[in-house]
Amino acid sequence: MDANPNDNGDGFGQAPGLYVHVPFCATKCPYCAFASCTRIESAPAFRDAVLAEAARYRNRFSPFDTLYFGGGTPGFVDPAILGDIVHKLRNILAFKPDCEATIEVNPADVTADRAAAWHDMGFCRASLGAQAFDDDALRFLGRRHDASGVSEALLRLRHAGFVDIGIDLIYGLPGQTREAWRSTLRRALDAGPTHLSCYALSVEPRTPLARAVRRREAELPGESAVAALFLDTSRFLAKAGFIHYEVSNYALLDRYRSRHNVKYWRSVPTLGLGPSAHSFDGTRRWWNVRSLEAYLRRSQARISPVAASERLTDEMRRLETLAMGFRTREGVSLDVLRDGPAAEAALSRLVADGRLKIQRNRAVPTTTGFLVADSLARTFA
Amino acid sequence: MPERRNFSIIAHIDHGKSTLADRLIQHSGIIADRNFRDQILDGLDLERERGITIKSQSINLPFTSRDGREFELNLIDTPGHVDFTYEVSRALASCEGVLLLVDATQGVQAQTLANLYLAMEHDLEIIPVINKIDLPSADIDMARAQIERDLGLDGENALLVSGKTGAGVEELLEAIVERIPPPKGENTDPLQALIFDAHYDPFRGAVASVRLFSGEIKAGDLMRPMAVGKAYKVEEVGVFRIIREPRPILRAGDVGYIIAGIKSVADTRVGDTITMDNNPAPKAMHGFRESKPVVFSSLYPVASDDYENLADSLERYKLNDASLVYTKDSSAALGQGFRCGFLGLLHLEIVQERLEREFDQSLILTAPSVIYRFTMEDGRTLEVDNPAHYPDPAAIRRGEEPYIRASILTPDRYMGSIMKLCLERRGVNSEIAYPSPGRMDIQFDLPLAEVIFDFYDRLKSITQGYGSFDYELLEYREGDLVKLDILVNGEKVDALSMVVHKDRARARALNACERLKDEIPRQQYKVAIQGAIGGNIIARETISAFRKDVTAKCYGGDISRKRKLLEKQKAGKKRMKMVGDIEIPQSAFIAVLKTSDDE
Repeated sequence: MDANPNDNGDGFGQAPGLYVHVPFCATKCPYCAFASCTRIESAPAFRDAVLAEAARYRNRFSPFDTLYFGGGTPGFVDPAILGDIVHKLRNILAFKPDCEATIEVNPADVTADRAAAWHDMGFCRASLGAQAFDDDALRFLGRRHDASGVSEALLRLRHAGFVDIGIDLIYGLPGQTREAWRSTLRRALDAGPTHLSCYALSVEPRTPLARAVRRREAELPGESAVAALFLDTSRFLAKAGFIHYEVSNYALLDRYRSRHNVKYWRSVPTLGLGPSAHSFDGTRRWWNVRSLEAYLRRSQARISPVAASERLTDEMRRLETLAMGFRTREGVSLDVLRDGPAAEAALSRLVADGRLKIQRNRAVPTTTGFLVADSLARTFA
Repeated sequence: MPERRNFSIIAHIDHGKSTLADRLIQHSGIIADRNFRDQILDGLDLERERGITIKSQSINLPFTSRDGREFELNLIDTPGHVDFTYEVSRALASCEGVLLLVDATQGVQAQTLANLYLAMEHDLEIIPVINKIDLPSADIDMARAQIERDLGLDGENALLVSGKTGAGVEELLEAIVERIPPPKGENTDPLQALIFDAHYDPFRGAVASVRLFSGEIKAGDLMRPMAVGKAYKVEEVGVFRIIREPRPILRAGDVGYIIAGIKSVADTRVGDTITMDNNPAPKAMHGFRESKPVVFSSLYPVASDDYENLADSLERYKLNDASLVYTKDSSAALGQGFRCGFLGLLHLEIVQERLEREFDQSLILTAPSVIYRFTMEDGRTLEVDNPAHYPDPAAIRRGEEPYIRASILTPDRYMGSIMKLCLERRGVNSEIAYPSPGRMDIQFDLPLAEVIFDFYDRLKSITQGYGSFDYELLEYREGDLVKLDILVNGEKVDALSMVVHKDRARARALNACERLKDEIPRQQYKVAIQGAIGGNIIARETISAFRKDVTAKCYGGDISRKRKLLEKQKAGKKRMKMVGDIEIPQSAFIAVLKTSDDE
């Protein structure tokens, strides 16, 4: 593909990324809508299916410079099986030497042995699903670890040789005060991560959380309260030296950004393997069947796991650029915004209101602009 | 040859006219039971949904009386709304008698009265019929008493029927042939056929519904609608038996249809007389008049590039509705559109709905307006039906607006709220009569402009549906008329401007601002909505900016989902109108035409 309008030439480059969706979890969290299941006994079958799927893409992508094991909880899977997958993937698909390899892990699964095994199989970056730092919140979120477990897990990862460690947090929990959230952030910083993902709790349909909210068993903070928490987070982490580079993502230095996730936001090709994984090759998007059962069934029948695909028109790509671009500090090239008096009027008003800044011919959202990123995209759609 | 009887049914909405008509049709056997559906005469979806008849039509029913005489009964169904009073008058002029239908549970209502007076003017035989006698709440004695007292008719000889069960229908048919006189008129005289309705058939052109008062007509004749002056060769004549049934000839006294390859109903206007080109009647039937619009509104396509499409749809719609008039109009906010004149508010709604349903148009309507009359300082008189043409206020010497005489029949418990409604709508000269215990007839002189602004709906709502309303036009009266502008973030939205009386300006401005506040979605910035007269702000609302709308996560699978949502929103924007950089949804333009429920 041609020059990417979202590339700002920071060396993250145009090499494709590889994602592997590992759909296993020890327990299913009440807020989670991702494709996951607890039938860990299917892990060997899953391994075979992923490798078979990878073989379908041999020579179809140029060498990958990121590998991302997400889920699910990849760290929950037997390291021997995991290592097998990583090892064999390297023989099937091509990777660049400086490949960023990330694994998502749950603090409860981080033993010294496992941490070492993950590092040995080539992972250099760990994303720790902490979600919270107080036991009430962790209980509400249905997590297996307690507050002290997060710091210990981080320490073990460090010992195993991981430098680049991210912590995932969730805010906007029922009854959560700004002070409680700030204390969570403080404790997360104390653990010494290089990356933080802070997600506002969202109620996904057909989850236990959605049912609890409907039955008024859980009352979530309102839009203004969540917006205030968002702004607090950005300010607090900025003071701690973190760069707010995407709506929910913070990096201690530019180089600690998630190189893999940046590919999504810049429309760089990514190949997704595993159930429900999505792929993009620069012109087409396709996605796999969602459930593990269907994925395995297709693999055994030697049928492609692809559920559907679509070819992107120029306009579709433009809309994606808008939808992604306003979520990052890279913003959107002014050439991508619609011409015309309405777009111009909207742009100058948004600049006057402090939602957007114009930098190097790009419309770049401010922190308050991030808050309304979805409607920024809509405004210029 | 069978004898003729021509009659119509006068009834208030919901008094069961369509159901009774169904029973009469079923009794005649012209349509097999398996092909029967309810409200068979209300062919339009709109008519069925609203329970009102919009277009006149006739149906020819064979009937054999008990003494063995053969009849053809022509039932002429009339529109049930004050907007179509003229159409009703032409339909009644085509009859010798009417059935006056009174609901045994509700008694006499305003609509019944207005049309009864029309029937009396035409000197028709009136047969009172008490309907819905099968209902437990039926009060036949009350209905009889009201017929005597309110209508001055013979209540004792009222027929008792149930359209629902069919009880009394046989007796009713006997009464029709006994009491209603046969039509007069000579076949040998020059042709006089009164057009009481016309509709457009895409294959045959205009189909005129007519009543022959004299003469004969058949295929091949050269006929001429007298107000048009053009001659047409008759292709087909016949009667309606739900479907068209061709006949070799129509004669004096007959009710039927004429097809003559006429391209538009504009040449078969209701009230006109069809005669023979080579042997014309000395004069047309009395009472023809051009339909005159009283309510005006502009129609705009929601998506500006649909203008040509709307133009085409209006043209095609007009083939079937000669009373709609329109000219081009344009608005800074809404682009190109049409200024349309309607017979009344219901007519406006019908045109809008039919354009949207049958022609698949998405429309924005501007606030309905009456024709205002301004006398200028230099002595000129201006007629203004569009706020855009409101003259320079400094040059106005005098403003005038049309008034109506409203008659509201209601159970007396609603008197307080009705008085309040009429008084705040600048009603004067009230008169209250008590036609029967517990019921009131409230009369008011009201500015028509106040009536076309959400008056029916308010009345229906405050009387829980029991109040009925009818009106006749009065003269123009002086009024202090100003132009109210609505501003969104300081920009005037011309399509929302309206001419209003000065005393009502603030209430209307507040209402408009409030409704817009409810309808305009929150944006990334604060939006001010103001009502202004000239440079003077008289009402204001603020839509606060939203705080947060971004989703927390956006990775692999979320991208197509997000893009698809954007695609949908982008398509939805076509239903939005941009004013400056504010998106105003179509619904906002509609909402300002209504008052809020808590008014």
